[in-house]
Amino acid sequence: MLGDPFDTHSPEARAIAGLFDQTLIVCGAIMLVVTGLVVVCIVRFRAKPGAKDPPQSHGNTRLEIAWTIAPFLILCWLFWLTVKTVMASDPPPDRDADLVVIAHQWWWEARYRTGAVTANEIHIPVGRKLLVEIRSADVIHDFWVPQLARKIDATPGRSVFIWLEADAAGTYLGACAEYCGTQHAWMRIMVVAEPEAEFVAWETHEREPATPPTTDAAARGARLFAEMTCVKCHGIATGEPSDATLPRVAPDLTHIARRKTLAAGRLDNNHANLAAWLKDPQALKQGSHMPSLQLTDAKVDDLAAYFESLK
Amino acid sequence: MSTATSAVESAPHHDEAEERGIFAWVATVDHKKIGILYLFTALFFFAVGGLEALVIRIQLARPNSAVVSPEAFNQLFTMHGTTMIFLVVMPTLVGFGNYFVPLMIGARDMAFPRMNALSYWLFPFGGFLLHFSLMAGGAPSAGWFSYAPLSETAYSSSPGTDYWILAILVLGIGSVATAINMIATILTLRVSGLTIRRLPLFVWMTLVTSILVILALPVLNAAVVMLLIDRQLEAHFFTAVGGGNATLWQHFFWTFGHPEVYIMALPAFGMISEIIPVFSRKPIFGYEFIAGSTVAIAILSFGVWAHHMFAAGLGHTADLAFAGGSMLIGIPTGVKIFNWIATMWGGQIRFTTSMMFATAFLLEFVIGGLSGIQFAAAPIDWQVTDTYYVVAHFHYVLFGGTAFALMAATYYWFPKMSGRMLSERLGKAHFWLMVIGFNLTFFVQHFLGLAGMPRRVFTYPDLPGWGTLNLLSTVGAFVMGIAVLVFVANIVISMRRGKPAGDNPWDAWTLEWATTSPPIAHNFHEVPPVTSRRPLWDLANPEAKDHGGAARAEKESTFTKGAVCMWSFIASEGGFFLILIISYVFFNAAQSKGGPTAATVLDLKKTGMFTACLLASSGTLWVAERALDKGNRSAAAGWLVATLALGGVFMTGQSLEYLGLFRDGVTLTSNLFATTFFTLTGFHGLHVTVGLIALAIALALSFAKNFETRRAGLLRTIGLYWHFVDVVWIVVFIVVYVRAK
Repeated sequence: MLGDPFDTHSPEARAIAGLFDQTLIVCGAIMLVVTGLVVVCIVRFRAKPGAKDPPQSHGNTRLEIAWTIAPFLILCWLFWLTVKTVMASDPPPDRDADLVVIAHQWWWEARYRTGAVTANEIHIPVGRKLLVEIRSADVIHDFWVPQLARKIDATPGRSVFIWLEADAAGTYLGACAEYCGTQHAWMRIMVVAEPEAEFVAWETHEREPATPPTTDAAARGARLFAEMTCVKCHGIATGEPSDATLPRVAPDLTHIARRKTLAAGRLDNNHANLAAWLKDPQALKQGSHMPSLQLTDAKVDDLAAYFESLK
Repeated sequence: MSTATSAVESAPHHDEAEERGIFAWVATVDHKKIGILYLFTALFFFAVGGLEALVIRIQLARPNSAVVSPEAFNQLFTMHGTTMIFLVVMPTLVGFGNYFVPLMIGARDMAFPRMNALSYWLFPFGGFLLHFSLMAGGAPSAGWFSYAPLSETAYSSSPGTDYWILAILVLGIGSVATAINMIATILTLRVSGLTIRRLPLFVWMTLVTSILVILALPVLNAAVVMLLIDRQLEAHFFTAVGGGNATLWQHFFWTFGHPEVYIMALPAFGMISEIIPVFSRKPIFGYEFIAGSTVAIAILSFGVWAHHMFAAGLGHTADLAFAGGSMLIGIPTGVKIFNWIATMWGGQIRFTTSMMFATAFLLEFVIGGLSGIQFAAAPIDWQVTDTYYVVAHFHYVLFGGTAFALMAATYYWFPKMSGRMLSERLGKAHFWLMVIGFNLTFFVQHFLGLAGMPRRVFTYPDLPGWGTLNLLSTVGAFVMGIAVLVFVANIVISMRRGKPAGDNPWDAWTLEWATTSPPIAHNFHEVPPVTSRRPLWDLANPEAKDHGGAARAEKESTFTKGAVCMWSFIASEGGFFLILIISYVFFNAAQSKGGPTAATVLDLKKTGMFTACLLASSGTLWVAERALDKGNRSAAAGWLVATLALGGVFMTGQSLEYLGLFRDGVTLTSNLFATTFFTLTGFHGLHVTVGLIALAIALALSFAKNFETRRAGLLRTIGLYWHFVDVVWIVVFIVVYVRAK
């Protein structure tokens, strides 16, 4: 009747939307009653010129009891709905997490139990619930994809869990909802829900090491990546044992070319944006921990060629 | 009540001489001048905070815009929130309270005029400290609730947050002092016949608010002191690194923060409860229920803090408990709304600008209250908290509610303060611009929140509808800006050329209207007799006197203002120590992971001896008081010396204990045991030292002539404080020393 305030696509989120609609109807009705009474006062009890003081009534205990009890009963009913919705929208975890999401200033690290590692874009299978463990690497963040699930804070030193599922394929946008510093605005999340087979294919591919460069430019880019400070923060899996100690300070780039956006939703992932980002990340995401390395255009092109080959 | 007359005698007689010029304002201890100082200073900060809001709205008018840098934007919203809460809403409420509470209870001044002046001057000083950060490396940018660890040095290294902490501390101390002053004033300086049941509701609400202030602000003070210790001394109260706990900051902050919401709302409810009856020509409907529901709100407000933390994932049990508690607050709030409407019902309502603002308050506050009920339903909060939905919600409460009430109060009371009426023509322009601007700005923000726009983002992607809604909101903000200009113009013009007001332009019924406009320096030539809630109604209608509050006789108050002051102060200090003790217990409940612990480094026996000395000093002080009561001055002085000596032994003992710990390498930053131990015992030691200084002053005064008659109250007041400090130590001793063995 009211529509769905969050355009929800999961049973959990739908439970909350339902509660929202119910409260909106009740609150709307109360608002109508109050507004109606005030309007009657404005119209009917406006002072007439020269009128004498009206009868001086001091109160009415019966009325007071009535307007104490009536809200109490409404609130009891609302509390009951709340209890039901809490259970429906946020069932307790019953197994190990399928996926760990670690919030960083200002990006999201996602590590699947199967070993797949990605950033900022989380893939889920349609119709299958994933249990997500949320952690923080620094300050308090908040994982929020309104169409799919409740929001929950990522607090350093403490793990929390939510269920993530979608009943239709699609791309669902979310964002960090707890203010976390300079680039809080560009700490966006994308959840891609796809049919089970596609999800499995995606996940399998994400577990593969990076494709070795095939062009000269990409090979030069790979060398630059290894020689410059990039490797201090970013990981690119090679299939060697050293993959176990890849840095986690910044997004893993093993399959960067397959992602839709750069810098946590700041830019679409295309050649021009990638080059601009490598050239001067601070101009595009000021305060980000990615430094401007003063690269020459040639180096930018080589690095971009390498990253674009990391399908 | 005899206290009213004695207040007239004992109050300072400064303004009998009527100093003129700027010095009259700087040096004033007159509650009316101080009230006006509060109001104008708050108006200045309102302009500052309002301009900050306009820059925020300009930046957000379009997607992906870059009018200000991200860091500047974050400073802007941090300063906007801090300014509006601590430098605008609270001081404006205090300003009206300062001016009108003494007048409404027929008093000559506040109970402690000099402390009142001090409280005021702490306010611009706090504002100065906050803004000084701009010259010291940038304004604070961790948001007005400074969540740790973002507010810790590792993530906010510029000194902005330190200045924020200092400003909060200074303003907090000023607020507590004002609240103590208000409580003492209301409890002890009421004119004869003005019983608690007959108090004007604004005074009632100010009393309840003041109690909230003395209990809630110390919690914030304790928390920001811990944050400062983290930042400046490298401790780890709130950082997971080092064993601290970020969630603890949230618990502390909102234990203050939720009562704070009512600190900002209750006096506004009081103003509305004065204005609606006068303009409806009826007494307030259900006085007892409005007063009683206020007390209910105040009590509940301390039990609902974690509804600000539903998103933190505290678990379903906690979430549901706090959801239920928060919903309950809707009942006493609803009772007020219905009583206000019932007051209007059947009245002869005069829609002056003041009444129009009060009516708009009613509707807007209900919108904010109802979305508040939605937030109490935890799952809805899980979706819409930290989004523009919550921004809309609290602006409907604090702007559509409190600020509208403040504007209603300005139109209502300006004639009394200035002797001139505000222009009704400009007033109506102000009103309509404000209603349109406010609702345009904030109503659309509900939809932005539902669409998924988080709060505190400096920009947003160009998603469908977001740009349009944000642009509408920005346009609304500018309409509000114009409304404020009209308001200020109205004040400036009317101060000089407004229609003369006369004593009682609204035909109102409370005592402030029984004197001249503006009131004479000592407030009243003669306070009319008070036999009901509406003394001026009774004067005008001797045939049909008001019977409100006349039902039962009430015992006259026997409090002295000194005792009320010290008990209020002790309640406030108790809150401060409670937070320090909770922190100690919280961090020392589990076995420490290495480093010093209470069991390994503290010496129960030695400290026990010093503890005995401190406790004995309470005994000697008690004997000194008795001796003074009997007029035996030399015996009293002797026992005072003994008290000082015993207190000195205790402090020496504590110093030796500290030195020993330092020698063994136990310092504030060793681990959380050491941090909490030194913080707790250190603050206690500081209080003992202050007590010793106060006792030394009392001793010095005891050699003066007629000490017994003039200063017996002083010694008893210091005595209360000293006993309190000892009681705190008993708790500390048990929690820290005895428990460890």
